[in-house]
Amino acid sequence: MCDMEDPSPLVRALALRTMSYIHVPQFVEATVEPLRILLRDNDPYVRKTAAFCVAKLYDHDRDLVEGSAGKQGSVGLIEGLNGLLKDDNPTVVASALVALMDIWERNENIKLTIDHTNASKIVQILPDCSEWGQTYILEALMAYVPQECSEATIMAERISPRLQHSNSAVVLTCIRVILYLMNYISDPKEISALCRKLSPPLVTLLAKGPEVQYLALRNALLILQRRPEVLRNDIRVFFCKYNDPIYVKVTKLELIFMLATEHNIEEVLTELREYATEIDVHFVRKSVRAIGKLAIKIEPAARLCIDTLLELVSTKVSYIVQEATVVICNIFRKYPNKYESIISTLCENLDSIDEPEAKAAMIWVIGHYSDRIENCDALLEEFLFSFADEPIEVQLALLTATVKLFIKRPTKGQNLVPKVLKWATEETDNPDLRDRGYMYWRLLSADLATARKIVMGDKPPITAETEKLDPATLEEMCLNVGTLATVYLKPVNQVFRTARPKRIIDSPALQRHLLPTAMAESANRRALQTRGDEERLGDADGNLLGGDIREAFDQADDYFAGVGGGGAETNPFAVGGGPVQGGGQYVVSQGAPQDMYSPSTGGDLLLL
Amino acid sequence: MLSGILLFNQKGENLIFRQFRNDCRPRLSDVFRIQVISNAQVRSPILTLGSTTFSHVKHENIYIVAVTKSNVNAALVFEFLYRLIALGKSYFGKFDEEAVKNNFVLIYELLDETDTLKMYITTEGVKSERAVEDSTRITMQATGALSWRRSDVKYRKNEAFVDVIEDVNLLMSAGGTVLRADVSGQIIMRAYLSGTPECKFGLNDRLLLDGDGLTRPSGNKAGTKATRAAAGSVTLEDCQFHQCVKLGKFDTDRIISFVPPDGEFELMRYRATENVNLPFRVHAIVNEIGKTKVEYQVAIRANYGTKLFATNVVVRVPTPLNTAGIQTRTSQGKAKYEPSENIIIWKIPRFTGQSEYVLSADATLTSMTNQKTWSRPPLSLSFSLLMFTSSGLLVRYLKVFEKSNYSSVKWVRYMTRAGSYEIRF
Repeated sequence: MCDMEDPSPLVRALALRTMSYIHVPQFVEATVEPLRILLRDNDPYVRKTAAFCVAKLYDHDRDLVEGSAGKQGSVGLIEGLNGLLKDDNPTVVASALVALMDIWERNENIKLTIDHTNASKIVQILPDCSEWGQTYILEALMAYVPQECSEATIMAERISPRLQHSNSAVVLTCIRVILYLMNYISDPKEISALCRKLSPPLVTLLAKGPEVQYLALRNALLILQRRPEVLRNDIRVFFCKYNDPIYVKVTKLELIFMLATEHNIEEVLTELREYATEIDVHFVRKSVRAIGKLAIKIEPAARLCIDTLLELVSTKVSYIVQEATVVICNIFRKYPNKYESIISTLCENLDSIDEPEAKAAMIWVIGHYSDRIENCDALLEEFLFSFADEPIEVQLALLTATVKLFIKRPTKGQNLVPKVLKWATEETDNPDLRDRGYMYWRLLSADLATARKIVMGDKPPITAETEKLDPATLEEMCLNVGTLATVYLKPVNQVFRTARPKRIIDSPALQRHLLPTAMAESANRRALQTRGDEERLGDADGNLLGGDIREAFDQADDYFAGVGGGGAETNPFAVGGGPVQGGGQYVVSQGAPQDMYSPSTGGDLLLL
Repeated sequence: MLSGILLFNQKGENLIFRQFRNDCRPRLSDVFRIQVISNAQVRSPILTLGSTTFSHVKHENIYIVAVTKSNVNAALVFEFLYRLIALGKSYFGKFDEEAVKNNFVLIYELLDETDTLKMYITTEGVKSERAVEDSTRITMQATGALSWRRSDVKYRKNEAFVDVIEDVNLLMSAGGTVLRADVSGQIIMRAYLSGTPECKFGLNDRLLLDGDGLTRPSGNKAGTKATRAAAGSVTLEDCQFHQCVKLGKFDTDRIISFVPPDGEFELMRYRATENVNLPFRVHAIVNEIGKTKVEYQVAIRANYGTKLFATNVVVRVPTPLNTAGIQTRTSQGKAKYEPSENIIIWKIPRFTGQSEYVLSADATLTSMTNQKTWSRPPLSLSFSLLMFTSSGLLVRYLKVFEKSNYSSVKWVRYMTRAGSYEIRF
């Protein structure tokens, strides 16, 4: 205790620090008084330590710290911290800011706002701080709400030299602040100038350790959605190195997918083709899937993508073939009645297919093109042979395919249909299968023409846009660039339940109409006017969302091992329009505009 | 911020457990062991369980784990872990399990210095013994504007060494087209200068030379680029500087000016993607003849001047997994088959400029029951080449200004190394 009055500042600071570590009520209480004095110590090192101490005490006993103002004449500890913000030593100011922000994070009642004069003052001391201090100051700047466009512009320009710092934390935090300030800037020229500045530092982070690379890449995914102009020209830097860790590779793959355009598609495809022969199975599958999705995303390049896929199928590696089957099935859905020549290639590789998802996809293709495949009944029969042992999704697909076959070519299907319907209705415990079986049965026995209309009806179109984050999440994530939540690309509150959510605060300068949420809303309104009855598939695995985050993350990682994938495009086995699937899988968009975007699954943004 | 720092060895034994906050419970170490170390499925350096996040970095044979509770700045956490490793290295020479076991106490003390919230102080790896120093000066230093330098440094001979080290990254396709070529360079400086000198540093960077105001967008017209290159200047895509460089000054006047820390530090890092001179050109022909034989023909040519020579050139040629035996012939150096890694290692200790060497090899394969196609990992190259920079970067000047106006000796050294130099075939 008496060390706190020692002449040496080092000893004073050390004593204070040691005291603050002891989590015993008496000690905590006893620390308050000396702390109050040491907050105004004449040595900056002691003041700095004291600032941290306040936050630590707050962690131990918040009432004590909050109530410390009560006694006559003496200032409370938090007010003391506020006082330190005016200190002339930059390190002390930074420490005080950290402490305040730490307290802010834990308490709902405290508001942290920084006005323009304060903000410019702390930016002024920015160059004189240590790298950690700079990070904290930049973080604190997120609490600053610019009132005018010019204020935001000036601020962004003043902090932009920090992008050149060698500490990745400083760089990422700086990017975060600039992204945030961009919301308040109206001049599109200014914004694009800032965007151009953001790009090189982000790429440079890829020369750091793999963990920081990973973080930078995850954030790049995010920034790309909010400000697509940032990384537009840099696709080559995201090409994988052979010995990148797998988590870096997978994220790079996602970025390549997002950056692919009509102009660079050839380059991208050769690259993806290369990945498809790598060792890691999970990664290979993702790249095959990415090729397929590119065919859907970039229409003019579909032919090229399909050629690449066929080339891959010819390698006869079982998991490549299976993955290719699944994506080709999606391509068929996107471009009906095109590219049918590849069906024959697919049929050649039937033997190597053994996973449910690929099987179901193959069966869907057979059923859908039963009028073009010569021996479709034989193929189907082969699959039907093991009907009872198949997982549910394959059974459903088989049922539907058989019915389709019957409708398209009654002569060929007439032997199979009764058999399958009987199985589906009598020998199964699965209610979905049974219901669907009964439904088909009634449909077929009632009126063939209606049945044809329903079974062969138009399917909702699929797009490659489903993997985007929903606008509200995107908006929130952009305020959290560089933090843990961005690794998961999930709203902060889903990952950390106790965290305080951040929002973009309104001010006269805020460019509200350019925010993702606002843009989505207006787009939605337009869409509703023209297509009032638009329906779309909901999230097939909604159960992931409620569950434990880690579970979701793992599940998403093991996505291909697991059953039932996600999202609309892997669910092509649904027959015809809505009625067959029942209401559960469809979300009508009028009621809930946000459902326009299906939520992403766990850690993998793209569901590639 | 951080709730605690944990160190594990590869077996999952907890070596160091330092809690900063009360919410970091000892059983968390078990959780990490079960969820990460013994779980081969883990593919991410970050794992969140409930509200607890483990961020880990693997170094040598230890895991360094940071435990956090809220949505913290992940970059900050990793930077700190990296810094911890660097610090460990500068204290113990090598930061591995043995070093940790031998220095338990010291590590705990170091972790104490890096406080809960700020992780600050000793992170500049100064190895000095500052026990007998005036304490006020320490506190001044720790909180002052120049936290990285003491003011009373004295050297009899004032010297500064500048090492320009470039890592060339190349990815070449089987067809010989360059998919990606870039240079990530570092400038390492060792300053043995007295007092608090202020240094100014100049490169033949285009932006520095022209001084044409603010950062131009990287996508300029190709024509101007070529002429610039001819004029002997380099375009740097991006550069990052050490803490000590005055970034504000760089932003406005394009001058790199700084007060260097004492001893060795990384002054800047840069990236260049244009006009990369590839020191080696590799041409590989690999033919799979039937199912039992693979023929290799690898030619490598040096593209630099005849006066220079590269050392420690190692070419790693991957072979199929079922290789039984290999015959090699080389025109220079030694080639050896390394069965454990499935590669042929071809070592050329000294590679003079403009020369070309060839390796030819035949691999016989055993027949395998399951015919899995060979994934053909890329051929990779490592080398180091002195007095050559791939980007063409040159140090133009290094000026030292100090109050006492002493003269100083400066040395500059250039080196190009292989970063990931990969050629597909």
